[in-house]
Amino acid sequence: MKHFDVIVIGGGHAGSEAAAASARMGAKTALVTLKVDGIGQMSCNPAIGGLGKGHLVREIDALDGLMGVAADRAGIQFRLLNRSKGPAVQGPRAQADRKLYRSAIQQLLAEFENLSIIEGEVVDFVSGRPGVQGVTLSNGNTVTCRAVVLTAGTFLNGVIHVGGERRDGGRVGDKSSARLGALLRDMGLPTGRLKTGTPPRLDGRTIDWSRLEMQMGDAKPSLFSFLNRSPTARQIACGITHTNPQTHDIVQDNLSQSAMYGGHIEGTGPRYCPSIEDKVVRFSDKSSHQVFLEPEGLDDSTVYPNGISTSLPASIQKKFVRSIAGLEAVAITQPGYAIEYDFFDPRCLSHSLQLLDMEGLFFAGQINGTTGYEEAAAQGLVAGINAALYAADRDQAVFSRSESYIGVMIDDLVTRGVTEPYRMFTSRAEFRLTLRADNADIRLTEVGLKLGCVSDNRRRLFEEKRSSVVSLRQALTCVAFGPKELETIGVFVGAGATRRSAFAVLGMPGVTIEQVASLCPELAEADESVQTVVAADAIYAPFSDRQLAEAKLLKRDEAISIPVDLNYGDIAGLSAELRSKLMAVRPENIAQAASIEGMTPAATVLILGQIKRRNGPKARFA
Amino acid sequence: MDTIYALATARGRAGIAVIRLSGPLAHSAVGQIVTPLPPMRVAALRALKWDGDQIDEGVVLLFEAGASFTGEDVAELQIHGSGATVQAVLRCLSVIPGLRLAQAGEFTRRALDNGRLDLTQVEGLADLIDAETEAQRRQAVRVLAGSIGRVAERWRSGMVRALALIASSIDFSDEDIPASVLVDLDRILEATLQEMRAELGRFSASERIRDGFEVAILGSPNAGKSTLLNYLAGRDVAITSEIAGTTRDVIEVRMDVAGLPVTLLDTAGLRVIDDRLEDLGIRRGLERAAGADLRIILLDENGLPPLVIPATGDILVEGKCDVRAGLDFGVSGVTGAGVDQLLSAVHDALADGFGSAGVLTRERHRIAVSAASEALVMARSQLAASVVQVEVIADSIQAAARALDVLIGRIDVETMLGEVFSSFCIGK
Repeated sequence: MKHFDVIVIGGGHAGSEAAAASARMGAKTALVTLKVDGIGQMSCNPAIGGLGKGHLVREIDALDGLMGVAADRAGIQFRLLNRSKGPAVQGPRAQADRKLYRSAIQQLLAEFENLSIIEGEVVDFVSGRPGVQGVTLSNGNTVTCRAVVLTAGTFLNGVIHVGGERRDGGRVGDKSSARLGALLRDMGLPTGRLKTGTPPRLDGRTIDWSRLEMQMGDAKPSLFSFLNRSPTARQIACGITHTNPQTHDIVQDNLSQSAMYGGHIEGTGPRYCPSIEDKVVRFSDKSSHQVFLEPEGLDDSTVYPNGISTSLPASIQKKFVRSIAGLEAVAITQPGYAIEYDFFDPRCLSHSLQLLDMEGLFFAGQINGTTGYEEAAAQGLVAGINAALYAADRDQAVFSRSESYIGVMIDDLVTRGVTEPYRMFTSRAEFRLTLRADNADIRLTEVGLKLGCVSDNRRRLFEEKRSSVVSLRQALTCVAFGPKELETIGVFVGAGATRRSAFAVLGMPGVTIEQVASLCPELAEADESVQTVVAADAIYAPFSDRQLAEAKLLKRDEAISIPVDLNYGDIAGLSAELRSKLMAVRPENIAQAASIEGMTPAATVLILGQIKRRNGPKARFA
Repeated sequence: MDTIYALATARGRAGIAVIRLSGPLAHSAVGQIVTPLPPMRVAALRALKWDGDQIDEGVVLLFEAGASFTGEDVAELQIHGSGATVQAVLRCLSVIPGLRLAQAGEFTRRALDNGRLDLTQVEGLADLIDAETEAQRRQAVRVLAGSIGRVAERWRSGMVRALALIASSIDFSDEDIPASVLVDLDRILEATLQEMRAELGRFSASERIRDGFEVAILGSPNAGKSTLLNYLAGRDVAITSEIAGTTRDVIEVRMDVAGLPVTLLDTAGLRVIDDRLEDLGIRRGLERAAGADLRIILLDENGLPPLVIPATGDILVEGKCDVRAGLDFGVSGVTGAGVDQLLSAVHDALADGFGSAGVLTRERHRIAVSAASEALVMARSQLAASVVQVEVIADSIQAAARALDVLIGRIDVETMLGEVFSSFCIGK
């Protein structure tokens, strides 16, 4: 019988990242998947990153994960979104070649000597004391382990809808994990049902590109990984077209045949990813919607029309798609469909993504109610790290809201649960000005080094960069300029203005790195990645004091853990309502308790008092 | 760490009120009101001055970090207990940079963090929370009723809308977002800001609500004023007798009239008399009654008492209805007849004026609104800047929303996103 420290079930974005993280941590790891060839498959749109999501990819990269490196290898068009806005809200995004991405992930996984890939279906858990101690495969083999990471994606009781047709499956062409679903349901975990949709896939050779507006990538691409400087794949353009009143009429006239509008679907869909049916119904005043025509790969003629996901019957899809400019003669290679699937209420998980009621079992990805490759991968990373820590009897790693988007997402999931597929937005991060894509490594690589999930190569590069950032910042703070000198670089501050440091000038709205560099050789000589971080720090310096102070208080409260068996019934003064909320949420620390709706600072102090009573009168919290 | 301050003694009229400060600026802040500062742990009588004006005189006590009840630098101001004095000192502290009003339990939290507190003190907080909960419940009821609810509701929807507009231009900039969102945003900020300023102007009026209304009872000697007061108070607070002119001084009784804090004033019976002492009492009573929020005039067999001309808003009621038959609107402090009717008339009269008094019933609310309006002014000036930094504007609007928490409730990200998704067609 084979034995591993960690078994990861599923080879999607969460599973790959979890397996790689566990292996980097030194754990003997196995990845079990239904189809080895499908590892790293991008099942939905052929793009990585974006606003909020790009932050997640940079953070995964800062912890030496796979996604950024793979996306850089597969990227065929790079664009930094919100380029005209401040660095805190810019998000790197890339169109990715599906095949290149998949093979990049598979190659990266193959490099780990302590990672085995097993093709098979998990049908049972071997439970023991404590928790999970292995899995049984459909061929009858049992593999033992100390921890399991489950990343079953949309495969749990997945149902695919095209018009009135429905069939079981996780995505088109794949089977659904019915036995695993039944097994998990027997564990009595609360579940919910979500849905998501995809557009029809088009044959690019039948598109009249000459009629379309084309969108190029950035002249100077921003890559995902801190290790990479420039794309390796050939770069391409995407097409843009629009729906029109005729398209909308076709959709409107056939609404009753849509799986979603015909009442075939019970799950909740994401508000930010409406189907074309939704758009036509809910925004009936708009006579046109944008459609991005995204090539799925360099040597693949398939095109992904972003913006027209649908669950209408195939014949209607053909009709409405052909009403769109440039698509008059288009061939549909695969109709769009809606998919419904089960997810588990993530409030059953701790912040390490471990089940509260089953030791050693970790959940990551879409089964936790999220959507998106990036959200899945980030959870996989955290679950993989923690599964390896668990297997090694080490303390669990928790990411703070004040430190990372990863921390924001996991805290949102495990404390608030989800009502629609959860997607990252920068608005979810209360410390948005300090949690930037440009400083993800500065924020997190050190954390990764302490955990042990960062390679030596990255450590060396990171340490060099960090010390350059510190010394550049220092240098820019020490040199100051008066109004006359600033005028020479086109910065006007008024003749009587006091001298200001180069750092302050760099932070003035509208002032560019090039302008200041012409006065400061230190800035001119610095590496671009170092310039970027220091310039962004300068821009937000006037606003970061408050965020830093708040972050410090949050960290203080996060550091005070609440014993799992704390009896809220014993605390006089807590209202019955708060008591029941606390018992339902089971906050792990004071910060989580304080974030519960209706908690007052005074009530927080009562809980602190109760903890102190247990820890002894000498205990200090500061 | 911020420096926090709060009134440490119970609200309301008392001989002495204690204001406490804790944090790194505690001593220097007191130094702006009091000079010279006394040595540590030595009580000293000092004049409290602000802008050259003396606010009060009181005892000042300083404790150094490590030897104070919170473990931080602490200062205590023991001042006169009148509402106006306390308010004036709190107001001065609120404008000193780096200082803010403490949240309930915050001193205790600091003490706990610094290992300075014994647990019985924490348990004392339980009572505080109960009281706080009751106060909040009542506050919530008030907020929901009438014009206050409407203003808070408007502010809330304005803030949700503002957050949604700014979020749409940040998180969904690659979608079909109209270019005019920032113009719409400025319009909403301007409208909200105007309302906030108007409410801030009305603040002094609404302080009355927190401190309570004064209701004076006037009438001829022996009209039954003191008997009525005693009945309302549920105990003998005024001496009653058949002898006319028994009440010489103004007697105050605090009571709750259907949720409104009311101080009842019993005054000397009104008559023209030579007795200088009694005449002085009558005049004092009339003066207090003139400043009261409401006057109840008790009528007797002769109708209106002398020396007083009824004005609009006064409540006229027949006294001693237990011994007088056939009255329309009568009251008796002996049997309690008509008392309910009288109290509901009092409540209605005060509640009428309540609406115009504004939202800001507490200093905390004033601070909240003034902090929010400062943040919105900042947001608007950032919007007008030559280089618009949307994420910085968003930060200011968020700060405003957070400051308004106590009035409008926390605005959840999901609420804001709901507004975005229902307003704009998001999703490629």
